[in-house]
Amino acid sequence: MRRSKTGDWAAWAFLAPVVVYLLAFYAYPLYRNVELSLRNYTVRSFVQGGAPFAGLDNYQKILSDPTFGPALAHTVVFTLASLAFQFAIGMALAVFFHQHFPLSRTLRALFLVPWLLPLIVSASTWSWMLNSDAGVVNAALSAVGVGPVNWLTSPDWSLVSVIIANVWIGIPFNLVVLYSGLQAIPATLYEAAALDGATGAQRFWRITFPLLRPVSAITLLLGLIYTLKVFDIIWIMTRGGPTDSSTTFATWSYRLGFGSLLPAFGPGAAVGNLLIVMALAFGLIYIRIQRRQQA
Amino acid sequence: MRRPIRTAIGLMLTAVMLFPVYWMINVSFTRDQDMRADPPHLFPVNGTLEGYRAVLDQQLPYLGTSLLVGLGTVALTVVLAAPAGYALAKLRPPGGGALSFALLIAQMIPGIIMAMGFYAIYLNLGVLNSIPGLILADSTIAVPFGVLIFTAFMSGIPEELMQAAVVDGAGRLRTFWSVVLPVSRNSIVTVSLFAFLWAWSDFVFASTLDGGGDHRPITLGIYQYIGNNNQQWNAIMATAVVASIPATILLVLAQRYVAAGVTAGAVKD
Repeated sequence: MRRSKTGDWAAWAFLAPVVVYLLAFYAYPLYRNVELSLRNYTVRSFVQGGAPFAGLDNYQKILSDPTFGPALAHTVVFTLASLAFQFAIGMALAVFFHQHFPLSRTLRALFLVPWLLPLIVSASTWSWMLNSDAGVVNAALSAVGVGPVNWLTSPDWSLVSVIIANVWIGIPFNLVVLYSGLQAIPATLYEAAALDGATGAQRFWRITFPLLRPVSAITLLLGLIYTLKVFDIIWIMTRGGPTDSSTTFATWSYRLGFGSLLPAFGPGAAVGNLLIVMALAFGLIYIRIQRRQQA
Repeated sequence: MRRPIRTAIGLMLTAVMLFPVYWMINVSFTRDQDMRADPPHLFPVNGTLEGYRAVLDQQLPYLGTSLLVGLGTVALTVVLAAPAGYALAKLRPPGGGALSFALLIAQMIPGIIMAMGFYAIYLNLGVLNSIPGLILADSTIAVPFGVLIFTAFMSGIPEELMQAAVVDGAGRLRTFWSVVLPVSRNSIVTVSLFAFLWAWSDFVFASTLDGGGDHRPITLGIYQYIGNNNQQWNAIMATAVVASIPATILLVLAQRYVAAGVTAGAVKD
């Protein structure tokens, strides 16, 4: 019954709205974005149309832009540092909460809060906490005798500051997913290891870590794709500054397209498309890993 | 380690993790003259409601817009994603795999890039700074996720349940409406919850597609507070507290759906 022709038609009737939707509101904006990056747009031709075809000029322009090198480096550092800390802290917390103690369910739920808050709320709260003169972080540092740090206004610290905020936001996701992975590991394995006299560290490195590899791979790759996209936090906290010191591809693209009174849509779209290529490359790795796990 | 000690450590870790949230609430009650006290006041002694008064005076329209945009996004997302999930999970037409793949890829596209394409289109259509325009753009964050969640959940509905409906003479539309949807209540809640939260929190689309005009969402309300170099941090943080209310309500009322959404999106296919 399932393989009948009419059945397929009915199925596609249910799918039609989403297909139309994807074409109109995903494919078409993406196509417009590619088109933007290949033409030489001015504000005037953006509104009225008729911008001259420019080939890869916009890409050439951004590749030779002095911002390109730093933006690439910051994107890589921001992504890798965020991932490493989110994952390590999330894993430690997942193992800790897996021990089931009184209140553990409630506390684990409370850990979700940072992830559910609107990013602008988290970003502005961190901005004020990291404020050079009146921030609570510098007040705590001075209490232990460390001089004030210009978290958001010094080029040496701005990238560190946005990474701290982003790690804080990303911990809950890692915790929840890794915790659900831990629950799938049979308790009998740990009991057997305990009988054999394995220490806590041995149990983690010999049982937990290897058996959690599939879940870890997925967590890291999803984290990677999400982190490449991060824009709100950086833009709200530092606007990519001071002097590009926390600019990533995402904030650079936004600044080119929307950040000034004289928008450069072509180069902005070109930076965005480079970001898509990066995200898709990692996305394909993700899908391959997932396929291999299901096989 | 003894269990009470673990609880104590757990409480401490939670306190550290949630300190920024506490600090937001604390600052929202702090008086202007205490704002730059050194060291900062750890508790809002001599607290003020000045910040919340400013919210009531200035931010209510923004909150209304956000509520409307959130609800609109939920409706659009569920209407589009639930039938698609049913078809992919239960009718499995040829080409369905390719569509799932396209949805997975769609989730990976950065919002800022979608925003630029939308901006070009909306400018030509003249729908910048409109609520329907923002709902449509916000739904692109939630629809692919929604289809994947519905597919994952609906795959678990027993075939017998639907065959019984077919035996009773129900067509596919009727089966979907009176059998599949009612038993999928949990997944509808999960998808709605995330769609609402994402639309409510959206900043990228709001700032690019809805930056001017009368109908701006609350995220821009906060952003403009900061951007104006307004030093009234109690008002900014009070707005932030109010903007966090939906997330808090959802966490309290629907915690298991939240956890289900996070893990289903990541672990299941």
